[in-house]
Amino acid sequence: MLKDLFKKAKYISVPMAKRAINEMGDGDNMEEYIICVKCEKKISAEQYENMRKVCPLCGYHTRLYAVERLEYTADPGSFDEKYNNLQTLNPLEFEGYLEKIEKLQRITGLDEAVITGFCRIGGRETGLGIMDSNFLMASMGSVVGEKLARLFEEAEERKLPVVIFAASGGARMHEGIISLMQMAKVSAAVGRHSDAGLLYITVLTDPTTGGVTASFASLGDIILAEPGAVVGFTGRRVIEGTIGHKLPDGFQTSEFLLSHGYIDKIICRTDIKKALAMLLRMHGG
Amino acid sequence: MSNINNINSGELKLTPREEAVIKRYEISKHKNRPVVNDYIYKIFDDFIELHGDRGFSDDKAIITGLARLNNICVTIIGHVKGKNTNEKIASNFGMPHPEGYRKALRQMILADKFKRPVITFVDTPGAYCGVSAEERGQGEAIARNLLEMSRLKVPVISIITGEGSSGGALGIAQANKVLMLENATYSVISAKGFASILWKDPKREKEAIIKQKMTADDLKSLGVIDGIIPEPNEGAHKDPATAAAAIKTSLELHLEALMKMTPDEIYEQRYKKFRSMGFFNEN
Ligand SMILES: [Zn+2]
Repeated sequence: MLKDLFKKAKYISVPMAKRAINEMGDGDNMEEYIICVKCEKKISAEQYENMRKVCPLCGYHTRLYAVERLEYTADPGSFDEKYNNLQTLNPLEFEGYLEKIEKLQRITGLDEAVITGFCRIGGRETGLGIMDSNFLMASMGSVVGEKLARLFEEAEERKLPVVIFAASGGARMHEGIISLMQMAKVSAAVGRHSDAGLLYITVLTDPTTGGVTASFASLGDIILAEPGAVVGFTGRRVIEGTIGHKLPDGFQTSEFLLSHGYIDKIICRTDIKKALAMLLRMHGG
Repeated sequence: MSNINNINSGELKLTPREEAVIKRYEISKHKNRPVVNDYIYKIFDDFIELHGDRGFSDDKAIITGLARLNNICVTIIGHVKGKNTNEKIASNFGMPHPEGYRKALRQMILADKFKRPVITFVDTPGAYCGVSAEERGQGEAIARNLLEMSRLKVPVISIITGEGSSGGALGIAQANKVLMLENATYSVISAKGFASILWKDPKREKEAIIKQKMTADDLKSLGVIDGIIPEPNEGAHKDPATAAAAIKTSLELHLEALMKMTPDEIYEQRYKKFRSMGFFNEN
């Protein structure tokens, strides 16, 4: 199952940065370059891949597919995927919703907007959830909520910590109020896991907004974030529409949250696995 | 294309049931719709308002306090919407800042300590969307309430009286029993927002009201709410005293049942209720 996932993802994996071939050389030392979408400078594709899709010049963190994140995080071969047998229904009978889901399943190789399971990080066993913004902006519907609730419940039974990489546009509007109820459901499961004395770490990635910010993403015992990630409750454009003027650069970024006391630490993607392993170890995992 | 334009301009062919949904929506938005202060004094005795979140300020968009329901001491929490312009501005049109949710949470934690039930009145267009709210962690404040409400070992009853919109409503509505006035609405987003996001067309508001299933009977069949409280003919604004009496009767009934449960049973009932929400098949 997971092998298929990797294969498919590799096949469709097109980085956000545009690929370009440097033809300035004489043909022998043709090297592959990409153009960073942020600083628009040429960077070596190899270096970019080695840095886990972080621009070596400006530090821009490209949005990842969940399978890439998994590859960067879990110890090789340790991931046991769970709860990928849940099929979304259509409580509002919203036209085209299920067709949209099926299409996204085909394109991304994912069953829904979050991958859940158990793995080892630096040798420590943990529950792991990774959201994928390529799947309907990783909005939270019934299946995303159910997978996460089951992850916390099973982690509680097995007395294991949970690590979640959050990324989401918020509630899954196609499921109406049922999507809102997922916030309550997952938050309650987080509470139960926490009451058992177990560690929960969230890593906020670009973008984390709306109902996911207003539920499990903000409830980690320790909250880490990637540099420059947009994290907030209300979307920037909605706020600008309400207040009638533009918001400054840097509003609702990881750095903004850190300065206001809402996250513990900003960590570059290349160091996240090391940090997670250390924190898990410090909590006796 | 011409069909879609017809729908946009409001020439929707509605079934009688759909007409009734629209009617309820309009009643929920009536300018004289009773607000939380109309209900508190009609339902409870000896209400004493308690202020502040002990961290930042006293958010006027949320009222908290103590009162007696017959002989039972209860904690009351509600969204505040004013009736005249001054009151509306003072209460920020019922849109709390993070400190409003933290004020509510402070009272819920005290209710748990002193083992008294919590009654919440839900009526908000949503949590406030602005710079100050983001700076002070609107997402964190709502998230914290969801987690802490799930932990309470005292009965919590929420009544959606007007509009229960989005996380701003849920932030005080994770209750053992969620009740709704007959003409209230409860949704993940406003009808206009639903139409804008999913159809890229805010003018399809009417269709969104129906599609979104935001009225009480639809939500009851979805299993999101536990009971519907009847309103006087043509709506609560026609006769607030009768509406308040109906709320009181319903509260007495549900509270009596909940107070027979042990603290652990109360916790489990609330956990299982929200845990079971979701529509999916398991292959
Ligand atoms: Zn760059």
